[in-house]
Amino acid sequence: MNSEPQLQIQALAHKDYKSAYKPVWCAGCGDFGVLNALTKALAAMELPPEQVALIAGIGCSSRLPAYTRAYGFHGVHGRALPVATGLAVSRPELAVIATGGDGDGFSIGGNHFLHACRRNVNLTYLVMDNAVYGMTKGQASPTTEADWTGSKLAPQGTHQQPFQPLEMALAAGAPFIARAFSNAPNELAHIITEAIQFPGFAFVQVLSPCITFRPEQMHWKKRVHEGFVPTADRREAFMALMDDDGFSTGIVYRAPRECYRPDTAKAVTLAEIAAGFEVVS
Amino acid sequence: MTGWHVRNLGDAVLAHDVPVDVQRRFHNCSLALIGSGGAGVMTAGQILLDAATDAGYFGLMTRSTGPQIRGGEAAALVRLGVAPVACQDDRIDLLIALDWGKAERFADEIVLDADSLVIADPDEGEPPEWIIASDAKRFAVSLADLAREHRAARVNTIAVGLAAGLLGLDPESMSTTLRKLFESKGSRLVDGALAGLNAGMAAAAALPAPCRLAPAAPQPRWLLTGNEAVGMGALRGGVRFCAAYPITPSTEIQEWLAARLPQVGGCLVQAEDELASVNMCIGASFGGVPAMTATSGPGFSLMVEAIGLAVATEIPLLVVDVMRGGPSTGIPTKSEQADLGIAVYGTHGDAPHLVLAPNSIGDCLVTTQWAVFLAEALQCPAVVLSDQLMGQARAAITPPPDREWRAERRKAPAGRGNYQRFAETPDGVSPMAIPGTRGGEYTATGLTHMPSARPSAMVADHHRQLDKRRRKLFRFDFGAHWADIEGEGETGLLTWGSTTLAAREAVERVREEGLAVRLVSLRLLSPLDPVKISQALAGINRLLVVEQSHGAQFLRHLRAHCDLPARTQSLAEPGPLALKPGRIAAALRILSLEQAK
Repeated sequence: MNSEPQLQIQALAHKDYKSAYKPVWCAGCGDFGVLNALTKALAAMELPPEQVALIAGIGCSSRLPAYTRAYGFHGVHGRALPVATGLAVSRPELAVIATGGDGDGFSIGGNHFLHACRRNVNLTYLVMDNAVYGMTKGQASPTTEADWTGSKLAPQGTHQQPFQPLEMALAAGAPFIARAFSNAPNELAHIITEAIQFPGFAFVQVLSPCITFRPEQMHWKKRVHEGFVPTADRREAFMALMDDDGFSTGIVYRAPRECYRPDTAKAVTLAEIAAGFEVVS
Repeated sequence: MTGWHVRNLGDAVLAHDVPVDVQRRFHNCSLALIGSGGAGVMTAGQILLDAATDAGYFGLMTRSTGPQIRGGEAAALVRLGVAPVACQDDRIDLLIALDWGKAERFADEIVLDADSLVIADPDEGEPPEWIIASDAKRFAVSLADLAREHRAARVNTIAVGLAAGLLGLDPESMSTTLRKLFESKGSRLVDGALAGLNAGMAAAAALPAPCRLAPAAPQPRWLLTGNEAVGMGALRGGVRFCAAYPITPSTEIQEWLAARLPQVGGCLVQAEDELASVNMCIGASFGGVPAMTATSGPGFSLMVEAIGLAVATEIPLLVVDVMRGGPSTGIPTKSEQADLGIAVYGTHGDAPHLVLAPNSIGDCLVTTQWAVFLAEALQCPAVVLSDQLMGQARAAITPPPDREWRAERRKAPAGRGNYQRFAETPDGVSPMAIPGTRGGEYTATGLTHMPSARPSAMVADHHRQLDKRRRKLFRFDFGAHWADIEGEGETGLLTWGSTTLAAREAVERVREEGLAVRLVSLRLLSPLDPVKISQALAGINRLLVVEQSHGAQFLRHLRAHCDLPARTQSLAEPGPLALKPGRIAAALRILSLEQAK
């Protein structure tokens, strides 16, 4: 931009990464902790807000981008990862962070999750997992326990095994897999920083309680414990996940591999391409 | 609705529809090569088209196959001419069958008459009943024996030789083309191909020619498919990102772009599904990179939600739908114009967007380029409706012009904050901040929003944003390119897309008989401009609306927006076979008789 005004460069505090909008979240929602930790991480990395793009689908946690001062995209349900992929592939210099919930990411967007893991585009995916659909007022999500009878839509429980996001991510080929807790802001900010700095697809499951529809999740703070020791050995990571009770936190797997790279070719002009159609008699 | 379907009137009129015009047979010739899938008919057709093109002719090859990957029935329909050839003729001058495997399936598609010539190998047995019933002159040529006599020759190159000999193509030019096509495969294959060609041409010398082409006066031409033309138009318009999921008959667009985008600094991502591909394009375009996807009906259905998102977030986006027979899997390898409804009306909510359609293979380039320009200028999605007929047809055409249309998005400069992404402007288009631009940070959202992009559920905000998005399209001057308007007359023919190809030839035929017809082919299908349409139809007192849709989707679309002449009739036929010029000419004649009553 030629007309770019010379702005005074100074370090931004984490509150400078927050927008003036008041979140729609309920008081006590775990997502506040994620917003705080994320803005802390961005400030600590001194990432200019204009170089950050937060991409989300639909759900309570998918409202997060608008609560920051970065570029944001709040799209349709389940498609945060494709939007983030298109942006990250075509604008690789940006820090692209997809955010959303367990329903958005593992149910309606489940297919994109698997393929994002194996595609390994350089982006970060934060899933705020509360094992419930909050925005539609309390239905079971893929990570809900099979015997949860708190929803009118599945009054006798889901009759289904809960989805295991970390195991799925590892099986599908994600090179960075972590879990954190929204009530442990420092560890969460640290893991988010690691995830953003990781060169490739970095997946973080954030346990983020829904105090409105799952008030029993208030007790998560008693159940969460440190446990994962980062490894680059896939077998060890699987073993750690076999022993996991769903509340271990930390980075369970970190194994950098070559990022997704689109095809490259020698530069050719459009006239040369068009010449390929010409009939030479 | 006053329209009736011409097909209900019986075939009495059609039987005398095609006058045997000897002159025309020097102007152009029609050939069908048929055989089992894998027998090499498509290759043979392509060699013939390439060779005729090298020799200075214009031509068109359309493919007719079943949905099988290998096997099944296959036909290459090739029409060659000394002037541009837009569509297939009603009838075939020359049919060469490599075998009769499943040939009964072509009974409706390949029309033979007493002037047609049929060549087949007697060892392949009796031809199917429809061939015998056609009264075509039949000749036996032992293709397999010829192949055995000329070692290394293949049956399909012998067929090429037969066709070339019968149509009067220059042997020298044929050999040069064959050498060029086979040279990368080694001298043995070159020798085999030449031996086949010569054997075929020698056999042709003993046969009566059904049709001989006049010598060509070579002019500049391009040889390409409609799908390739779409790709070229997208690049010229400025597309630099494509995400796509394979689907017949659009895959060739994706494959063509996969090789070319990296050459111009762009890239293509093969997505996991169409939900992903369209959203990836939205992500790239949000990032400032002009983006497109290509698909067909079933994939387009999956993209519709995201198209609404692009309307609400005002993200430029190009979606090319190469239509096929539907609904559901339908007939994936054959054509229909039945996605007009979903393209125009498919989105939920009020979501003004652009729907355009090319009306020739060359126009696949021009209209796609225009669509990129419009989507970027108006910050909205543009849907381009091509179809299998144009997309997979390969043609030698007059080179399409390079128009001035380039992606030019109105962008916001860096600022000091308080950026209003969706600011209200007189033309409705607001400067768009691209990530990386300091001070332009905003969150694009599918929620109803204020000019600042802040979500809102207020009545006034909803109405203002709806008005703004509508204003963008309805205040824009689309210029003269919205339609092709050709000829004068009190009879009008209104059509769109690939149907225009046969309609043009039909209009030409009836004009020679003294019936003057004005042809109007709409390129801009949405938004429709009723004023421009009524100006284009001024002076017309009887109108034929022609389309390839069982439900007359085009007619219904027109009726919803425009006043049509009282005497408006509909020729709406479903796919999967292309409407032929004779069918349309017959409908025009009936319409003119109707007037005289």
